[in-house]
Amino acid sequence: MTRTLLIVGTRKGAFLLESEDRRDWQLRGPFCEGWPVYHAIFDPGSGSIYAAAASEWHGSAVWRSRDLGESWELSSEGLSYGDEDGRKVSKVSTLAVAGDRLLVGAEAPGIFESRDGGATWSLLSTLAGQPGSESWDDPAHQPPGHLGISGFVTDTGDSDRFFTVVQGVGAFETEDGGTSWTPRNRGLRRDWPAEHEEVGFCVHKLVRSPDSRRMYQQNHVGMHRSDDSGQTWSEITEGLPGDFGFAAAAHPHDKETFYVIPVDGGHGRTMHDGKAAVWRTRDGGSSWQDLRKGLPQEDAHLGVLRQGMAIDGADVPGLYVGTSTGQVFASADEGDTWNEIVSYLPSISSVDVAIVD
Amino acid sequence: MPDVRLPGTLTPLFTGLPRRVEVEAATVLEAIDRLEASWPGLRDRIVEEGPALRRHLHVYVDGERAGLDTPLGTGSRLDVIAAISGG
Repeated sequence: MTRTLLIVGTRKGAFLLESEDRRDWQLRGPFCEGWPVYHAIFDPGSGSIYAAAASEWHGSAVWRSRDLGESWELSSEGLSYGDEDGRKVSKVSTLAVAGDRLLVGAEAPGIFESRDGGATWSLLSTLAGQPGSESWDDPAHQPPGHLGISGFVTDTGDSDRFFTVVQGVGAFETEDGGTSWTPRNRGLRRDWPAEHEEVGFCVHKLVRSPDSRRMYQQNHVGMHRSDDSGQTWSEITEGLPGDFGFAAAAHPHDKETFYVIPVDGGHGRTMHDGKAAVWRTRDGGSSWQDLRKGLPQEDAHLGVLRQGMAIDGADVPGLYVGTSTGQVFASADEGDTWNEIVSYLPSISSVDVAIVD
Repeated sequence: MPDVRLPGTLTPLFTGLPRRVEVEAATVLEAIDRLEASWPGLRDRIVEEGPALRRHLHVYVDGERAGLDTPLGTGSRLDVIAAISGG
């Protein structure tokens, strides 16, 4: 019988939640010795779980489990800028699988790849030469949170083609496996002066719909949509309670359906009015519907970070949201109704979902 | 041989790594490199790019604050201490 597996990254290690019916869940963990986990994912190709983590004492590493959490190893072999470069890997922030390669994004901004399932790593790219890249390592230019590379979007049909996000700078695409890059920020809103036309945007979360040309992004200033594989963007914020948020998820079967979680854009960065809601569009962002049934509607000052929402690939997809106060909410009906499936985890940084045997 | 004492946050990461181990080494960094030979990956957990000691770790040789270049004598005690921090 298949099970749904949630891989939850928290400030105090990784946890796993499993269910046969997406309603009753069993929790396992903590794993990764309680290290702060920035992003944890399941790789369907190998069946492995990976967790990008950074200990304040012992540095950055990628943990891996090949047996669904029964045993764990870590490696940082090659996950370094070297003794001569002058830059340091302060953390590893985000993971993705691109064909037979595992990618991890680091701060200072750089992408490392592993071709042996996370046992060893080598530097793939620092995106050197992109406009403004010479100042990315300057503390005066670094955004709060300081994630460096904060996201990937890979292409299931072409492993050499993928997007990455440099936090506070923008999105970039490679078509040759990471050798060369093109900024993909045209049309994005920007409410601040910028030194460069093509970069200086704050892309929080980039996702691709089942139609690879249709992409969505939650930006620091507004929701945006692209109908040409990220070449150009247009804003679709109207109808949402605010323009700020982090998490986003695209429906696996319908390119017009997409989910976001608006939060206050000030210091709080929690859901509006202390009432929890996930917002859904079924028409590509022309209109939005708030989904609240089963979510707390009183004194619920919940935050959700950029990797904090996941959607599974079932015929009727399930949605999963992990909060910065340690709750996981799950919906088995595309967001129409929700249940709180775990309440007292450490602060959640990421949620991924997989169907496993 | 110098006597190395390791923090409890390190030992769960490496199979068979004890809290206390003797290694033949002339400096702190050499002692760490000797441990790396037996427990691959251990150097990375103590030393970052530079090479430099990781920011929230301190080392002491015979009770005195030390660095990676500090010499070790035959009977030296090397303590690797994780900072009291976190929450």
